[in-house]
Amino acid sequence: MTAVPIPGGIDLSGNKRRRRREAWIRRVFFAAALSSVVISGAIVLSLIGEAFSFLSDVDLSTLWSSGWYPRRGSFDVKTLFVGSLIVTGIAMAIATPLGLGAAIYLSEYAKPGARKVLKPILEILAGIPSIVIAFFALRVIGPDFVQSINPEAPVTTLLAAGIGVGILVIPLVASITEDALRAVPRSLREASYGMGAKKATTSLRVVFPAAISGVVASIILAASRALGETMVVALAAGGSGGSQFTTDPFSEGQTITAAMIAVAQGTDQVAGGGGGQAELAYQSLFFLGLLLFLFTMGLNFIGDRFVRRVREAY
Amino acid sequence: MTAVTTPLPSTSLGRRHLDYWGLAFQAALVFCLVACFGLLLILVGGLIGDGWVVFDERGADFLRSNLSTRPAQAGVAQAIKGSLMLAGFVVVIAFPLGVATAVYLEEYAPDTRVTRFIALNIRNLAGVPSVVYGLLGLAVFVELLGTDMNENGGITGGRSLLAGGMTLAILVLPIVIITAAESIRAVPQSLREGGYGLGATRSEVVRTLVMPNAAPGILTGTVLSLSRALGETAPLILTGAVLSTFFTTPNYSFGDQIRGDYTALPVVIYTWARQAKLEFKGELASAAILVLLAITLLCNAAAVLLRNRYDKDR
Repeated sequence: MTAVPIPGGIDLSGNKRRRRREAWIRRVFFAAALSSVVISGAIVLSLIGEAFSFLSDVDLSTLWSSGWYPRRGSFDVKTLFVGSLIVTGIAMAIATPLGLGAAIYLSEYAKPGARKVLKPILEILAGIPSIVIAFFALRVIGPDFVQSINPEAPVTTLLAAGIGVGILVIPLVASITEDALRAVPRSLREASYGMGAKKATTSLRVVFPAAISGVVASIILAASRALGETMVVALAAGGSGGSQFTTDPFSEGQTITAAMIAVAQGTDQVAGGGGGQAELAYQSLFFLGLLLFLFTMGLNFIGDRFVRRVREAY
Repeated sequence: MTAVTTPLPSTSLGRRHLDYWGLAFQAALVFCLVACFGLLLILVGGLIGDGWVVFDERGADFLRSNLSTRPAQAGVAQAIKGSLMLAGFVVVIAFPLGVATAVYLEEYAPDTRVTRFIALNIRNLAGVPSVVYGLLGLAVFVELLGTDMNENGGITGGRSLLAGGMTLAILVLPIVIITAAESIRAVPQSLREGGYGLGATRSEVVRTLVMPNAAPGILTGTVLSLSRALGETAPLILTGAVLSTFFTTPNYSFGDQIRGDYTALPVVIYTWARQAKLEFKGELASAAILVLLAITLLCNAAAVLLRNRYDKDR
């Protein structure tokens, strides 16, 4: 953008005032772009700060005890880890086959007209707020499905929450996978048909492997979303206030995210300062937040790399 | 890719026999798709069945009444008002900031390390779970900016509409940036070159050529992020949306209102779903969900209509 002197002495750099205004506009836009960096910094700083004071104040032996009861000074992290693992595992066990199946059908089998109608409906499903799915898991999946398998289970279980989260992430798996499958060049399919392969063989043995990094990316990103999903677990898994350590999906439980909501919405709304148990509970929120932030960021980073590999391939 | 449209043979060219395996595979795919849409139908059908009773008995009274502990009088007027005001914050804060960032990244930014860092940072922010944004809001807007020496609530007033609105605005900012950047990137390079050829400065090219062409895409993205913000629950619970006497003193100034207590539709649904009274956790919660779904679907429909209208003009 610097003014280049033209031989012959003609100045093409233009009006000075106009140039100065340009520079200002550029600075304003740059400041806007910096705001996102500031936000990331604020997130990391606020999480690390409080998490550090939590770790230095808490009796470290309570981090590995029999349950998560922040108001009673019992901060058993493995309760929440295992809870999150169970819910995410159940969710992915549901969302992966259903999402991949729907994606293969939409991309390989559906007629263009049908696809034009079905894809937006899938996107509507993706736009349903999580509180709505949470309510569905609490009122329908819990009593009508989980309790019909195991009549002794309570209404709110880890299984009900896992199914709810699974429903929530199906559209994510389906739409990313569908994009990846459609990005596979048509020539690959034609070559396969030319060899005499059937449609099912072509879809499974040619198109699917060619799109595998997109498929893996969709599963990883969906797992990250399932791990971070809060309201479904807070409402449908029970365990408000705290939870015993459990590995049984048919019992009430707590995940990293739901534990944060349980601490935040207690009758004595936690706040900074004040000291004692309430202060520790408040700080434990940020400790959990930091763990969650690191896990999801790691998953997203891996997922992102897989997505890029698709883009590079074709 | 578009030129070749010959229908591909769906059966093998060899001996004609029924391909049982292929048929079973296709049936499994159809099952996956039907399961996805069946879940949607059960969900919405159940909600309408439960929630319609309320509208049938009370009509618009449910929308005009304030919160109440008596089921026959409870309504969502304050919640709707709260949700709309939160959406206002998203429009005022996240949209200008997000679009400006996208313009910088696509039109101004040189391809340097700083730029790549900002872009990576935004992609990471988009994957951060919403509870973590709630923690940011709790730490910065509620605690840091919400308390001061004189005990009168600092800048944001603690657990206030302002704190919740700013948290939601930050939450959707990465989505706004990414969708806006995508539609700016889709504007043909030749348009820009034409503008520069006529002697326009960068900001003039952006204002008169790039933005009008990218507007439909940007608008669609922003409206979709608005509907995402309207459905978020967890960050609001963390930043202290409570069921309270919100907006019942009409002589409050606007400044006092946004620095005061508030509630929003998703929070009301969450609270009602956890009530012991059957009326609350059944019909009333379903009716509130119907209101929330209606608002978010209206947003999405508006986005699609706007996009189509702009597309026709071109």
